[in-house]
Amino acid sequence: MLIYALNRVLTLVPTLLAASFLVFIFIHLIPGDPASILLGDTATPEEVAELSRELGLDEPLWTQYVLWLGNVLQGDLGTSVFFREPVLSVIADGAETSILLATMTMFWIVTFGVPIGIVSATRHGSWIDQATSGGAMLFASVPTFWLGLYLILIFSVGLGWFPSSGFPSLADEGGASNLRYLVLPSLTLAAPNAALIIRLIRASMLDVSREDHVRTARAKGLHPARVAIKHIFRNALIAVSAAFGFTFAALVSEAVVTETVFSLPGIGRLVVQSVLRRDYPVIQGVILIIVVFYMAINLLVDLAYASLDPRVSLK
Amino acid sequence: MALLDIRDLDLSIARGSELLPVVQGVSLTVEEDESLGIVGESGCGKSLTALAIMGLLEGSAVRIAGGSMHFQGQDLLALSPGERRRMMGDQMAMIFQEPMTSLNPVYRVGDQIMEAIIQHRGMSRKRARERALDLLDLVRIPDPIRRIDSFPHQMSGGQRQRVMIAMALACDPKLLIADEPTTALDVTVQKDVLELMLGLQRRTGMSIVLISHDLGVIAETCDKVAVMYRGRIVEQASTSELLSNMSHPYTLGLLGSIPALDHDVEWLDAIPGRVPTLDEVVPGCAFHPRCFAAEGSCRTVDPVAAAISPAHFVRCHFPQGSTT
Repeated sequence: MLIYALNRVLTLVPTLLAASFLVFIFIHLIPGDPASILLGDTATPEEVAELSRELGLDEPLWTQYVLWLGNVLQGDLGTSVFFREPVLSVIADGAETSILLATMTMFWIVTFGVPIGIVSATRHGSWIDQATSGGAMLFASVPTFWLGLYLILIFSVGLGWFPSSGFPSLADEGGASNLRYLVLPSLTLAAPNAALIIRLIRASMLDVSREDHVRTARAKGLHPARVAIKHIFRNALIAVSAAFGFTFAALVSEAVVTETVFSLPGIGRLVVQSVLRRDYPVIQGVILIIVVFYMAINLLVDLAYASLDPRVSLK
Repeated sequence: MALLDIRDLDLSIARGSELLPVVQGVSLTVEEDESLGIVGESGCGKSLTALAIMGLLEGSAVRIAGGSMHFQGQDLLALSPGERRRMMGDQMAMIFQEPMTSLNPVYRVGDQIMEAIIQHRGMSRKRARERALDLLDLVRIPDPIRRIDSFPHQMSGGQRQRVMIAMALACDPKLLIADEPTTALDVTVQKDVLELMLGLQRRTGMSIVLISHDLGVIAETCDKVAVMYRGRIVEQASTSELLSNMSHPYTLGLLGSIPALDHDVEWLDAIPGRVPTLDEVVPGCAFHPRCFAAEGSCRTVDPVAAAISPAHFVRCHFPQGSTT
């Protein structure tokens, strides 16, 4: 298995090179340059040219790419044009928020989505199933900004239970209690994703329940709950595990709307703002790290497959 | 008192709002230490009858529409689902046609055998494992100590069916229902598995209901035979009586469908036509469109089961007598 993992890491290299090249090219295709955005409307062409030279933007694109790649290979993602800080530390700030947010969201998805999915599959066709399927469809279709705003209205403005915006780092004053800032945004993100997981668990459990080995399990006289969990859900989990992995990856990198509604300093918002600021080094750095992150999740999903399904062998 | 006593069992399948009869008026008895074969083409209702006996129709579209089933004197239809479950896998057990898909692919075979033992006998895992090892040895799996920790996909079809048998025997059932247990296996393995089942029956004294489309398999293994056609028993007798005095044209047809291996045959004497579908209405005898002996009354009057000798029943206007 170690050899398998090492192999997988090695195959990352060409993918990463291709990704980095594409990211670099596409970003520089966007009209507008960071120097003039940074200096504002009042800057003279001389000042803009001066800053461009300082940032290394006057070099040919190829030279810029090779220089950047060389630095990346040495672990240096460059300096943010906007923040005037190392890109790595800018990303680390955003990553803390995003990873904590995604983890808390996954917690809700698992605690609510999995049991509801199992119940609606075992009681399929009943009113419980109809109600959860209807509810799941509703939550899957509600826009997150709308849900987010309503949660703020009810639980922050109305009841005052949770703060409505921002997220101080866990390292700041308040420590772990700062996690309460993430409760509403994580619930907002969990709603549509839990709905999808419920549908997925229900569908794969219904598929598995038609298999012959489930009849064998019932013929042993096992309790229906034991058949549902140990024989049906356990086998359905193989198909669902990939969805868990990619949901987590998407939550870390694509929660822009929710981060904006709750003013969270996350990765999604960092990308969007950096694009608006033409902060090339940050965009390149973030996207590169997201690519690596997705590949890591992919690897974990494969390892999960192998541990859940004895028929899968890693070579 | 018979171990299993089924009277006038009717099964129906819900198709939309209507109920289509799939099994009609089936009466069977199985004594202790006796084996009953149920034979017929696919779609004749033999597997559904087996599932009804076992109690596995729950959750399917098939309902028990009438009749009675008694097992060891207990009215099976009066039992609660929980009482029924305590019987399943304990006093009666079942093995299925598809050994390749009938085991859960994610658990080791040993754990799957142990599950029933722990469920019904409340044994510790350690003792259940010892029992599972004995069972694997009993069904002649070589090297049980190593194989007990195998996953199903690491075994051949024949071995998996042996594991299924071990699983079914885990709690020493009084009745074993085997639904086409050898159909999916290689011919050489078929014989081994049948012999294994027979040997185990002789040793344990359990009763067997063997379901097959192959009259040859049934004739070799069972004490008595029920021939089913389109949801009904058309002929029922002890195996020796049936073989010496085969009366229903359908039974004769089934016999003609077995290829003889000792001499070359140009043409296999199969029954012409096919089993009518559920919603087709066949007036008179359901078999008459395919029957070589059908005459006028067969097309209009449904025959009733009649005894042509004390324990030999035939549902036919023109039983063929001892023409074989």
